[in-house]
Amino acid sequence: MREIMALDGNAAVAHAMRQINPDVVAAYPITPQTSTVQTFSEFVANGLVKTEFITVESEHSAMSACIGAAAAGARVMTATSSAGLAFMWEVLYIAASYRLPIVMLDVNRALSGPINIHCDHSDTMGAREAGWIQIFSENAQESYDNFIQAVRIAEHPDVLLPVMVMHDGFITSHAMERVELLSDEEVQSFVGEYKPAMPTLLDVHNPVTYGPLDFYDYYFEHKRQQVEGMAHAQEVILEVAREYEKLSGRRYGLFEAYRLEDAEVAIVVLSSTAGTTKAVVDKLRAQGKKVGLLKPRVFRPFPAKELADALRHLKAVAVMDRSISFGAMHNAGPLYLEVLSAQRIYGGNMPVVDYIFGLGGRDIVPAQIESVYDDLFRILETGQVERLVTYLGVRE
Amino acid sequence: MPKGTGWKDIPIGGLILEAGNSAEYKTGGWRAFRPVRDAEKCIHCLFCWIYCPDSSILVQDEKMVGFDLEHCKGCGVCAQVCPTKCITMTPETEFEKEK
Repeated sequence: MREIMALDGNAAVAHAMRQINPDVVAAYPITPQTSTVQTFSEFVANGLVKTEFITVESEHSAMSACIGAAAAGARVMTATSSAGLAFMWEVLYIAASYRLPIVMLDVNRALSGPINIHCDHSDTMGAREAGWIQIFSENAQESYDNFIQAVRIAEHPDVLLPVMVMHDGFITSHAMERVELLSDEEVQSFVGEYKPAMPTLLDVHNPVTYGPLDFYDYYFEHKRQQVEGMAHAQEVILEVAREYEKLSGRRYGLFEAYRLEDAEVAIVVLSSTAGTTKAVVDKLRAQGKKVGLLKPRVFRPFPAKELADALRHLKAVAVMDRSISFGAMHNAGPLYLEVLSAQRIYGGNMPVVDYIFGLGGRDIVPAQIESVYDDLFRILETGQVERLVTYLGVRE
Repeated sequence: MPKGTGWKDIPIGGLILEAGNSAEYKTGGWRAFRPVRDAEKCIHCLFCWIYCPDSSILVQDEKMVGFDLEHCKGCGVCAQVCPTKCITMTPETEFEKEK
């Protein structure tokens, strides 16, 4: 039976995990992710799932246990945040390079130091080269939907890459929202029975070695194969989204364009801040201002062409980054640098500026987002870009 | 570019899909010192066969008959454990000269 429940983002994902009923979950608690696996562990204790729940002593071990279980042929999941993701660093690459379709929730939280438990995107942005597919969610509903779709994306034989699904720490993870759940049977039939695409360690009739030494003679070829998996991912993500829309009525793409078609200026921003931006767009539209929003959903693989096409008609664009790529050009954020690269290759001559915001959970309020649109209109009037990178909401 | 199979034709993820293939990996090229046996001093106790970490001691009819130089890495354990000290670790450069 389908249900509408009041759930915070973490509980919504815990329910997705319950409905998927994975073979193995290995996890270690870390704020603000903890309530996800805590809630899921109650489902395990109450016998609602048949999952082997492994409590480990660190995130490095959590991901290592996930890798072992996935190599043994299990459908595997975990969840983490911030320093937990950083502690997984080494094994993130191993999960991707062994082509194990592990699905993980990362609740976005700032990296230390100074120590901080609140939202920004520095944790997963740091992990963007690890070979994982990265999907950002605006709210609890999206996180639930993305998590279910992630299973199909990861396990698709043309992809076979791990997927991390993100939502914003505390803002989404701990705020109660209206969430529509599919029925358990619908989720079960959508994800289907897991049939590993490759021989697994427990298949005694087809002995296989995972993780042998791979030097200058074949390592390069294996990395080239990973690129191929990532290259196929975009089409698979769209295919899975179309099927999910038929089931749920909820539409997903590579990104969401909000009142963008006839806009003159637009903001590009990830996750919960896109929700706030929609309210600002509606307010400014009511005043006759042609503003729009583009909210990337898939960050890896980055949909460069599609995104450049969607932005091409605009006269000015502001990217909002909830992390800094220290030492990159102008110390800008990673999303900005991706958008600029896409524009360089696929066209678009409008000025693009960057706004670093919300680090360490600093509030981002509608008035600040409105000020970004004001800045964009000023660029239109004057034809001048005063600053490429602005720190929105930092005290001078 | 080293010789070998292209990326489209090898198992993904660095998997090895067959068992018992480690012998195909020739590790003899790693060797800096080659074990040389004085057959007259050898008492065929087979300590070397027991201790060799690479299964590179060749035995026939319970007699030590030589070394598998395609796999021997030259670690010298055999020379160390030999009770009659009949195995001498000899620099590979000396065999280069022979050629």
